Amino acid sequence: MGMTITEKIFAKASGKDKVIPGESVWLDVDVLLTHDVCGPPTIGIWENEFGKEAKIWDKDKLVIFPDHYIFTKNHHANRNIEILREFAKKHDLPNYYDVGTDRYKGVCHIALAEEGFNLPGTVLFGTDSHTCTSGAFGMFATGVGNTDAAFILGTGKIWEKVPESMKFIFNGEMPEYLTAKDLILQILGDITTDGATYRSMEFDGEAVYSLDMWERMTLCNMAIEGGGMNGIIAADKITEEFVKARSNKPYEIFKSDSDAVYHSVREYDVSKLAPVVAKPHSPDNRASIDEVKNSKITKCYIGSCTGGKITDFRFAAPIFYGREAKVPTFIVPGSTDVDRQLNTEMYKDKTLKEVFADAGCIIAESSCAACLGGPADTIGRSEDGDYVVSTTNRNFPGRMGSKNAGVYLASAKTVAASAVSGVLADPREFI
Amino acid sequence: MNNIIVGKAFVLGDNIDTDQIIPAEHLVYSLTDPEERKKYGHYAFSGVPPAEAGLPVGNTAFIEGEKTESEFSIIIGGTNFGCGSSREHAPFALKEAGAQVILAESYARIFYRNSVDGGFIIPFEATEKLNDKIKTGDKIKVNIDDCKIINETSGESFSLRPLGDVLPIIEAGGLFEYARKADMIKK
Repeated sequence: MGMTITEKIFAKASGKDKVIPGESVWLDVDVLLTHDVCGPPTIGIWENEFGKEAKIWDKDKLVIFPDHYIFTKNHHANRNIEILREFAKKHDLPNYYDVGTDRYKGVCHIALAEEGFNLPGTVLFGTDSHTCTSGAFGMFATGVGNTDAAFILGTGKIWEKVPESMKFIFNGEMPEYLTAKDLILQILGDITTDGATYRSMEFDGEAVYSLDMWERMTLCNMAIEGGGMNGIIAADKITEEFVKARSNKPYEIFKSDSDAVYHSVREYDVSKLAPVVAKPHSPDNRASIDEVKNSKITKCYIGSCTGGKITDFRFAAPIFYGREAKVPTFIVPGSTDVDRQLNTEMYKDKTLKEVFADAGCIIAESSCAACLGGPADTIGRSEDGDYVVSTTNRNFPGRMGSKNAGVYLASAKTVAASAVSGVLADPREFI
Repeated sequence: MNNIIVGKAFVLGDNIDTDQIIPAEHLVYSLTDPEERKKYGHYAFSGVPPAEAGLPVGNTAFIEGEKTESEFSIIIGGTNFGCGSSREHAPFALKEAGAQVILAESYARIFYRNSVDGGFIIPFEATEKLNDKIKTGDKIKVNIDDCKIINETSGESFSLRPLGDVLPIIEAGGLFEYARKADMIKK
């Protein structure tokens, strides 16, 4: 009986020849990721448990990106960044990307890819549920809490249950109006928010391998919205090219065996899929754009680890070009690299940033910003009565701010079409 | 570990996500400062839309006024309890508020791990849907050894799934205590 990619990585990281879904194993961790919300409490637990003279298991393997609450006057939020800064200084950390310096990156999951920390065949744990984003690189990546992270910080190990794998195959050629966001929202509508709990979601098929790394990351990013432990795509030439441009570290490519056992297999023909949204208040509350177009909206938002990558802005720019946003529209580049690209990449005669600015969009600095609401002074935060169309990942009550607001999750193309229409709109009418 | 837990039930719906358990804007407070950490208790379940808080009637505050502890120590959920973000502040907030056990049909993975590994609260899986059978305010007795619940208000009893692999971690009081007992880390 063969193994899936995830099972192979589990076997390697636990020093076994074979693992079986359901068994608990101790994994050797290659990279631990944390940020300003969960880093300080993780450090607190670590110091408390291992003592003031505690040693980090491997400084090169700890990566800290402050990204959640950055541009705020909130004293407690700023104190958290101060704690990270002190910690990085005390331990002389090589991979701390401080706010207010040239090293500041923005959203951790995008930054991990940009900085070359994502390597096929490796194991990444992070104190953030969207750590699963990195599975796009054919690696095992998953979120944990502060206690687990503190344990890893001291030992480099953590227990995990070998997940069963679910396979999602996308066949056919991607139509121009469709994005990875539509694919994952399609899946979530089919399996619901707990359809993959404790399982691995493996993406496969020619349509998946036609996507660039940023779009593959979008697909894996929302595995957690189905309850998945991880999302994963086997590495190919596109992956290797991306990785080699950013890292000289070794990696190992695993592919699922043809006789690997899956919990379930679902197949889709992308040429038959329409743009979809997730209606308030759950990422699985799927509707085709035809069912909801012309619904009232009050705000549009393009940003986050899910929908703030350069590809998302490339999708949006042609729709904004020469048009005006009819509701307040927020453009939040996922990272400072993305921000710089918006200044240099052109659409026709304008930079992408000029396209958005000329359409009347509000352009913010890179951070998680209003994806998760944040402190009261967070840009783009939803207010009572708002209906937001957003490229972000969650629309549970209160997620983007007010619990008396509704959020539609959609692709950057659908958000852009809606922004220039002033109501929920079909991107196919603009392409 | 106390093997019998008795308390009043607070009943919620399905898919209670971590933003409802502790809204993201409150994640800025210290989890170690003895005074500041009380804020987590105060804001526990403050993100639940009022109509869905304390079922079946709703509009029941988990925390009254300026208090930091709840009169309810038994949380009744449905499916996929604790979905959403990885914030360990969620089970931490419930513990700070005085909750001791959650009885739900299923949990999201990270919330479940955090509850167990942090030693904050016991996440029991019920063998049937409970959030339409137990009412907020009912007096509930949980017998951990027998995996049984008795609703002392209605007289009904229900079963829980055995805690399985995670029982030794729960019994030890969390991942670090477990690892010390197993000689994985220094005592």
